[in-house]
Amino acid sequence: MLTASCCYTDRRRGQLAALSIAAVVIIVGVPLWWRTTETYRAWLPVNQINELANLQLQLSADVEVVFARGTVTPEQQKKVPTQVVISLCLFCSSPLEADLSLHTLSESPCGSLVVYVIPESSTLLPEDVDVYIGQRRTALLRIGAQMRVGRTLEQLLAHLEPRIKQVLQVMSFSHTDITAALSDRVRLSPGNKESIADSMRAFKSSPGYEITFSLLNPDPKSHRVHWDIEGAVQTYIQPLLTKLAPLANFSIDSQTLYYAMLGVNPRYDSSRSAYTLNSDSLAHVINPVEARLGSNAASSNPVLNFLLYVPDAHHSPLHIHDHKKQEVLSNAFHSPRWGGIMVYNVNGFYGPEAVFPVDININMAKVMGVFLAQLRLLLGVQSSAPPPGFLVAPCSSTGLADWELDRLMWSRTVENVATATTTITSLAQLLDQIGNIVINDNIAQQVSSAVTSLQLAVAELEAGNLGFALQYSKEAILASERAFFDPSLLHLLYFPDDQKFAIYIPLFLPMCVPILLSLLKIVSEARQKRRERQAKKD
Amino acid sequence: FDTSAPETVDPSSVPQPKDDFQEELVIRPLHSGDIYASFQFRTVWETDFMRGNKVSHYRLFPKSLGQVISKFSVRELHISFTQGYWRTMQWGQPFQPSPPGAELWVWFQDSAECKVYAAGCVDGTWKELTNVLSGIFCASLNFIDSTNTVQPSASFKPLGIGNETDHRFLRYATLPREIVCTENLTPWKKLLPCGSKAGLAVLLKSEKLFHSSFHSQAVHIRPVCQDWQCKTTSWELRQTLNVVFDLHNSAQGKREWSLFKMFSRTLTEACPLASSSKIYIDITDNPQGEQFEVSPATPLLSQAVVLGDRRTFSVYDLTQQITFGTVRSLNLLIRWKSSEGDMLRPLLHAERYVAGYGLQTGEIHTLMYNNHPYRSFPVLLLDSVPWYLRLYIHTLTVTSKGKDNKPSYIHYQPSKDRLRPHLLEMLVQLPPNSVTEVTVQFERALLKWTEYTPDPNHGFYVGSSVISSLVPSIVAMDTNSTRERPLFSSFFPCKEESSYFVRVYTEPLLVNLPTPDFSMPYNVICLTCTVVAVGYGSLYNLLTRSFQIEEPSPGLAKRIANIIRKMRGVPPL
Repeated sequence: MLTASCCYTDRRRGQLAALSIAAVVIIVGVPLWWRTTETYRAWLPVNQINELANLQLQLSADVEVVFARGTVTPEQQKKVPTQVVISLCLFCSSPLEADLSLHTLSESPCGSLVVYVIPESSTLLPEDVDVYIGQRRTALLRIGAQMRVGRTLEQLLAHLEPRIKQVLQVMSFSHTDITAALSDRVRLSPGNKESIADSMRAFKSSPGYEITFSLLNPDPKSHRVHWDIEGAVQTYIQPLLTKLAPLANFSIDSQTLYYAMLGVNPRYDSSRSAYTLNSDSLAHVINPVEARLGSNAASSNPVLNFLLYVPDAHHSPLHIHDHKKQEVLSNAFHSPRWGGIMVYNVNGFYGPEAVFPVDININMAKVMGVFLAQLRLLLGVQSSAPPPGFLVAPCSSTGLADWELDRLMWSRTVENVATATTTITSLAQLLDQIGNIVINDNIAQQVSSAVTSLQLAVAELEAGNLGFALQYSKEAILASERAFFDPSLLHLLYFPDDQKFAIYIPLFLPMCVPILLSLLKIVSEARQKRRERQAKKD
Repeated sequence: FDTSAPETVDPSSVPQPKDDFQEELVIRPLHSGDIYASFQFRTVWETDFMRGNKVSHYRLFPKSLGQVISKFSVRELHISFTQGYWRTMQWGQPFQPSPPGAELWVWFQDSAECKVYAAGCVDGTWKELTNVLSGIFCASLNFIDSTNTVQPSASFKPLGIGNETDHRFLRYATLPREIVCTENLTPWKKLLPCGSKAGLAVLLKSEKLFHSSFHSQAVHIRPVCQDWQCKTTSWELRQTLNVVFDLHNSAQGKREWSLFKMFSRTLTEACPLASSSKIYIDITDNPQGEQFEVSPATPLLSQAVVLGDRRTFSVYDLTQQITFGTVRSLNLLIRWKSSEGDMLRPLLHAERYVAGYGLQTGEIHTLMYNNHPYRSFPVLLLDSVPWYLRLYIHTLTVTSKGKDNKPSYIHYQPSKDRLRPHLLEMLVQLPPNSVTEVTVQFERALLKWTEYTPDPNHGFYVGSSVISSLVPSIVAMDTNSTRERPLFSSFFPCKEESSYFVRVYTEPLLVNLPTPDFSMPYNVICLTCTVVAVGYGSLYNLLTRSFQIEEPSPGLAKRIANIIRKMRGVPPL
């Protein structure tokens, strides 16, 4: 009897010891292990990122409509508010919501428009022109003939609205522009291949661009080519870039490359006694040249290359032929998102008796005319044909009208917002999926600042403050890219699970198995005891 | 075409270019029968990279390097890639010395933004610069970090104009392990205006250049004076390539060399952009043609003072059509007549080795030879030793001719583990005709297991020591730096007539560090865990098991009897 009770207390003590060891392991050991091996993951604004993922963009542009004398009767004038602001929402569920509201503006800021309504009888515009688009942010609108008599104010406004909408589409943004800018996120409807080609041609939005002019002289033995690139850049390119300064930073340099060959051998066309480059072979021209161009060592901005190729004496003249086997007048072509190439024949400037090497001065006006047109295309300044009845003012000396800049800024802002949201949401997704990635505080900070800038940009777009919207969207892009490409994300990315187990098993297996076994034993004993007690009761 | 366009051929209206390109090749037959070829390409451009304007228009100067200079406000940049070790005692002094592996030293501009926090600002720029250069030259320069960068206080003075000598703006680093090959040569050739399409550069074919005893290519950028008064300054880009072809390896032991044999190419034209394009053949030891014979012969001779010696060269001017003769191709041939003759021993040379046994301590010995019969001269010794060799600086001894030779200047910067290397600079006077030995003991550190290289048993490299000196000259040196001279003799500026500047690199050291077995961490984890588990298990057993006395089990006979009784249905015993 004595021995039995002794055994019982002994057993009881053993069970208690096992339980307390298990408790210590669970209360102290597991949290300790958890804390020492967890990867640091700073808090990210996941909810806000998810909100951004289904982005609702609302663009509004301020349009000021000024009625000239003779378009409104005095009694109407009393009813007409001094200014009419039409806000357009392109991205809402209904295609367009026009909203009239009151606003006072002294001058037209970035992104806004002023439409002057002029009487039908006005001789300001030529006969067949209804709308004249100026160089600034202004348009002249000729009021329709049917509006001359018996009109109420509502009728007048109803008559003006679609036309102002049309003006807005030309001068600010149209649906196709915005879908092109959003091409990363929105699936393009089939059928508008033209707009896809347009959107593929221009460079992606970036905070800065490097413009490099290269003079390719494959034959320095025969031609000593001189170009006054410094003066030409000052005269032709710099005004445009100064105008584009709010959009991005541009830096220009130039170089001369000798013995730089094209990738294809031009074919001799005896009927024209000239060498020809077919449009099919143009795709192969760039590659060997590109190896020589060199990338910019000092920045990581995209580079726009403009090459002026002076064919060697034995392959002159060289002409580019289009699909219809016709000579291309400018003798130049461009490659989407890369740059432009112009072939400049010099064989006409010296006779057969000339002594080599011949000094040749390049006519920079001709060259820069071509390069400027290509630069406009590559930067995305769209010159789509205006609708019938529209007359667009000729280009000013800067090569870019204010409204063209606005148009570019609209699409760039939208593109930036789209790119930054894509970057941020994919980063959030990635971090969510892979638990091993360390998220440092600075990354969290970049992500939150990108999210804040994005929200601000969207809000400013909604309010119609284009300048601020662009600024915020640029900041958003910078912050999101910095977060996405931070090297610290990669440190533990590829830490394989089998190695983890290989390290844990030697310690955890021998420690946990006895605890588990004794816990099982305690449970089974307790159950048995209960059963016995039940049996005793019965 | 509109004929009004001003494309007319009018030389008077052509602006005078502000840049100039020269190329030359020096061939020096060596006494051992080997041959030394040194290419020099120099582009001089009268411009100012430091001005604020962002537009830059390049003609002969490579754009990539120009952008580097202006972005990182570099005042001087010297970079060299070398495969093999220059054997001074067999080959004499090279025109441009360089240590095995990669060497980079840069003087930064004392720019406005870097004025206040000079050290940190320059360090950041240096890191970025090494990354950019490693991209340009396809080299592992990105492995340059604070653990192998030093700021020598005296050894590396600017070679161009400017008297800024605040060594906070200087960074010096070597990668003795760097292997130089075709991928470094191709970007180097791309920097030349004619590429490898014309001029001397057509000879630079990698399959021959890297089949040699020594190959070194370098880029030096510095501001230089345009004229004697130094009114205008310009930037000089000097690309040099030195190669030594081995007698037995490349010439099958025949003492006969030709351009074709060396480079598997001949020359047909000069680079049309070069203002001068010349080949020099060193015939100083061969005044009457008794040693070797050069064909085709040239009437042009030139004398130049180089490395303290007046030397005579045959000159081939590639800009003259007559040089190429009737076959329109130049294939220089050097044929030895006798294999006798002695080389003048170089006045200064140095060697280094590591002594000691075991894996705990060791000793670095540096030997510096002054072979001048009667003049003593001072030398600056620079040693940059990685932190994992912990130098015992109290054991530093300098002895010459058996006597203690006290250095007149010592600059020592101790290392910090994983942060910066040791830097030891001293000014030692070398007595005439003597050997000076510098020894210092060190202890080998244990590295963390991730700090070992992939092949740790190969050993760890310690960069060459650098010995810079003004060696007394036999002939008067030319101190006018702007006078027209062959390129190879105008690299180091010369301040006085009586001495010339020499830089000598010793061999890099290969030191074994105590190397663990790399499965060790896992073994340690397993062993520790097992020990812990055994201890824990017995403790656990003691704590949880209850012990009770058990009746001894019945014997075998009794058990069998019990089985039988069970079968019979009788109660067991």
